[in-house]
Amino acid sequence: MATGRLVEVYLDLLSQPCRAVHILLTCTKIPHRVRTMALRKGEHRTLDFTKLNPMQKVPVMVDDGFVLTESDAILKYLATKYDVPEHWYPRQPERRARVDEYTAWHHTNTRPHAAKVFILEVLLPAQSGSLVDEARLNRALSDLDDTLDKLESMFLRRQPFLCGDDITVADLLAACELTQCVSLQPLGGGRDVLKERPQLQRWRSRVQSAVGEAFDKAHGVLYALRDRRRARL
Amino acid sequence: MALELYLDLFSQPCRSVYIFAKKNNISFDFKKLSLLDGEQYGEDFGKISLIRKAPALRDGDFCLAESIAIMLYLAEKFKTPDFWYPADLQQRARVNEYLSWQHTAIRMHGSKIFWLRLMIPKVMGVEVPEDKMNAALDDLNSSLKLVEEKFLQDRPFIAGDQISLADLVAIVEIMQPVGAGLDVFEGRPKLSAWRDRVQEAIGKELFDEAHQYILGAQESVKTMDSNKMQFFKPKILRLFM
Repeated sequence: MATGRLVEVYLDLLSQPCRAVHILLTCTKIPHRVRTMALRKGEHRTLDFTKLNPMQKVPVMVDDGFVLTESDAILKYLATKYDVPEHWYPRQPERRARVDEYTAWHHTNTRPHAAKVFILEVLLPAQSGSLVDEARLNRALSDLDDTLDKLESMFLRRQPFLCGDDITVADLLAACELTQCVSLQPLGGGRDVLKERPQLQRWRSRVQSAVGEAFDKAHGVLYALRDRRRARL
Repeated sequence: MALELYLDLFSQPCRSVYIFAKKNNISFDFKKLSLLDGEQYGEDFGKISLIRKAPALRDGDFCLAESIAIMLYLAEKFKTPDFWYPADLQQRARVNEYLSWQHTAIRMHGSKIFWLRLMIPKVMGVEVPEDKMNAALDDLNSSLKLVEEKFLQDRPFIAGDQISLADLVAIVEIMQPVGAGLDVFEGRPKLSAWRDRVQEAIGKELFDEAHQYILGAQESVKTMDSNKMQFFKPKILRLFM
């Protein structure tokens, strides 16, 4: 077990991959310390943080001087170093390969397509006061639709979780990307990207059940933001 | 049944898998897949991988996509030398960190240059507007800078003193814009020195063999049937224009 200092994680819980890391830490009760970052205040562009991570991104993990970026690397490191239940990142080669397959595919599918919808519909208008670019948003929604089709027909085909019978770090990464679009939809617009997708909704419920209160804990900041937006409408 | 690897050596991730398997004397059936001919959309390949991308692996009943997953699986199964994917937690994390970052950085930027410089003029019959090309070059330069300054620093290789999967994945991606006629090593002595070390660790013969198609791309594009390539037009419009 780790001696000395607690592992530190630099997280902004409005960021999808940060939430995935937070959920794993909370769920598995790995002793840790959260350094809260506010990207909206530009805290990732400070000199100090840039020294820590020249990519100026979160999450970042610091374990007794060892600095690690990239959420999937962090999740795999934590799952390996600490005595967590094996299902998070299985050791059996074929089961592990399925997780590695999803975490690779995630980068150019779930992550960019879900994030783009959020950026176009919520972030950009909030930052610039401009209207939503409907043409670009429709293309983004179409790309996301494609991704959701693949999640259902490929990864969730005949299995309850993305990589098999049990929850893995892959499910955390995917679930947190999808909550970004869902939670911050303008109330008037009323779009839930999983609305027509009972299979994905069931998967999401399974993920929430499997992680318990860690899910809501990680999403507290996001929910609060959503509620404030709704109250203003 | 022998291990099958479905590969198109025009594709960067196929090259890394090819080099890794050959270097480690892993015996496999080379199943040639022509991406430009759309073979990944065929019915047979669909049985191997619904993701419909190359590379893909079939090991008995077990099918796998994503080059990184494939190499990690092969490393474990064939007990390749530790340096490829070190068992040491921190070194392994360094490798994972690079493998994760590169998807939307060097891989994306290098690929884009290849398409903008070579493939789009061929398929669409037009040269790409200068501002788009410059923006793409800026992105590639930023990624290369990060490779040098964050991932290499003073180390001979990304994870330390020896080559790993991180270097292998990096080199095949960096060779893609080279195949389009852009010498990314010029003016970058640190990167060049690293490339030399990587080539030596892989073995020049194997390196050259894996890269002969991409390095011949400028020539082979001239004889490509642009009618066949119209298939790619919608994707290109979406991704690059």
